Amino acid sequence: MPTITYIEHDGNTHEIEADNGDTVMSAAIKNMVPGIDADCGGGCSCGTCHVFIEPEWQAVVGGPGEFEEPMLDLNPERNDQSRLSCQIDVTEELDGLVVRLPEFQF
Amino acid sequence: MSAETRANKPTSSRSLVGRDPWSIPLEEIDLAHPGIWQANEFLPFLARLRRDAPLHYCPSSAVGPYWSVTRFQDVMDIEKRTDLFSSEPTIGIVDPDPEYILPMFIAMDPPKHDIQRKTVQGVVAPANLKNLEPLIRQRVCDILDNLPLNEPFNWVERVSRDLTTQMLATLFDFPFEERSKLTYWSDVATAIPGAGLVDSYEESQKILQECLMYFSKIWQERASKPPGDDLISMLAHGESTRNMPPLEFLGNLILLIVGGNDTTRNSITGSVLALHNNPAEHDKLRANPALISSMVSETIRWQTPLAYMRRTATQDVTIRDVTIKEGDKVLLWYASANQDESAIEHADQYIIDRPNVRQHLSFGTGIHRCMGNRLAEMQLRVLWEEILPRFRAIEVVEEPSRIYSSFVKGYHALQVIAHPH
Repeated sequence: MPTITYIEHDGNTHEIEADNGDTVMSAAIKNMVPGIDADCGGGCSCGTCHVFIEPEWQAVVGGPGEFEEPMLDLNPERNDQSRLSCQIDVTEELDGLVVRLPEFQF
Repeated sequence: MSAETRANKPTSSRSLVGRDPWSIPLEEIDLAHPGIWQANEFLPFLARLRRDAPLHYCPSSAVGPYWSVTRFQDVMDIEKRTDLFSSEPTIGIVDPDPEYILPMFIAMDPPKHDIQRKTVQGVVAPANLKNLEPLIRQRVCDILDNLPLNEPFNWVERVSRDLTTQMLATLFDFPFEERSKLTYWSDVATAIPGAGLVDSYEESQKILQECLMYFSKIWQERASKPPGDDLISMLAHGESTRNMPPLEFLGNLILLIVGGNDTTRNSITGSVLALHNNPAEHDKLRANPALISSMVSETIRWQTPLAYMRRTATQDVTIRDVTIKEGDKVLLWYASANQDESAIEHADQYIIDRPNVRQHLSFGTGIHRCMGNRLAEMQLRVLWEEILPRFRAIEVVEEPSRIYSSFVKGYHALQVIAHPH
């Protein structure tokens, strides 16, 4: 089971055992990690599961997809580490992944 | 204005009020007619379409033929495909007068939509709202502390309307004492001619022209000063908006006024009505005020202040066994999607602590998702944080009077009595 670490904007850290088949969003929701709203339930349609991928993980995780890019682009806090966590499938490859959470979802 | 749009008068003959939703021939179901919305009889008609014709074609209505999409997942899927289903030329069912198109980013596709939206959305981004919250709370307290006690009054007028208008005036940095103009322009912009407020689209246009003149003066004044953090200043200084043609300026103003005004106003009124009609939920809330945020989301689902958004097919699109033709109007019924049992358990019930309470479609979805959603939620949250310690109940003493519209779901009046502790 891959381990994923979520760091809230205030530094509060949550280390989660995620299941293969989860997304980085759903693993957070299941484990009550605060700071991810996921208003559309994982449909890449609301932008409220925004996370920042730690630089050393960006190459493994990859960049945003075709429908994800326009959603991210409308977020004023977006930067080049931004991804929507509902669009990142948990795999063994992501064991140890670290993501940071924005102060606000929008 | 074209002959077709001129003919858009309320016609009682097409109203579904009093018809049996389960036996009426499908082709006679015209959801866009305001009758059932004003009469609060729309729910079973939505349920009938979700069951029997989730992609439903209405061959003739006062505003021509159109499709109705009523299931949650279909609305999600269609709204995502901005390439197949355009927001242009408009998001209401009536086509705009080609001589008087009001361009606004809600009715634009990418890339222009994205550029214009990005210019103004910072003002309603959560980081900015945090700074606004103490002011909002102060204004909420002022309104609540001046309400009549133990005697009936109109909640819409005294609270919902006043609070949202004050908020808009703040966001625009609009002359505070003249703020009722904002509400008036918002009402005119969404009014159906002949339904009370205005008699014709020509009259609406004349009034909105006055709105443009008024704001143009403010624009000039802000443009000549250093950039400020109000919306007009942002538009006047924004790289992508500062050379906006006057009609585009008016269009985006109307969008922000309507968007920030009657949607929140009607959700505020809806919160009082929903809690009155569901006393067990009201008890839950009083026992545990930590449920306020969740109650706010559930209220926004329950109210669904805008019943639909329109898209227009850019090409022939086949979904399951149905082909939507290029140019067809497609109404995405949020009011129905939010009642869809296949997406939301016990969707017909008002449950303030339901799981996944934020997963509703009142804000729409995709790139056009409501820009002001966090502001609306904050206004409702702060309002209830201040109502609960002051009043043991806001009792509804008369059936509400509802707006004659299939687009704006709302109330003219809600008579209540405020009972202090």
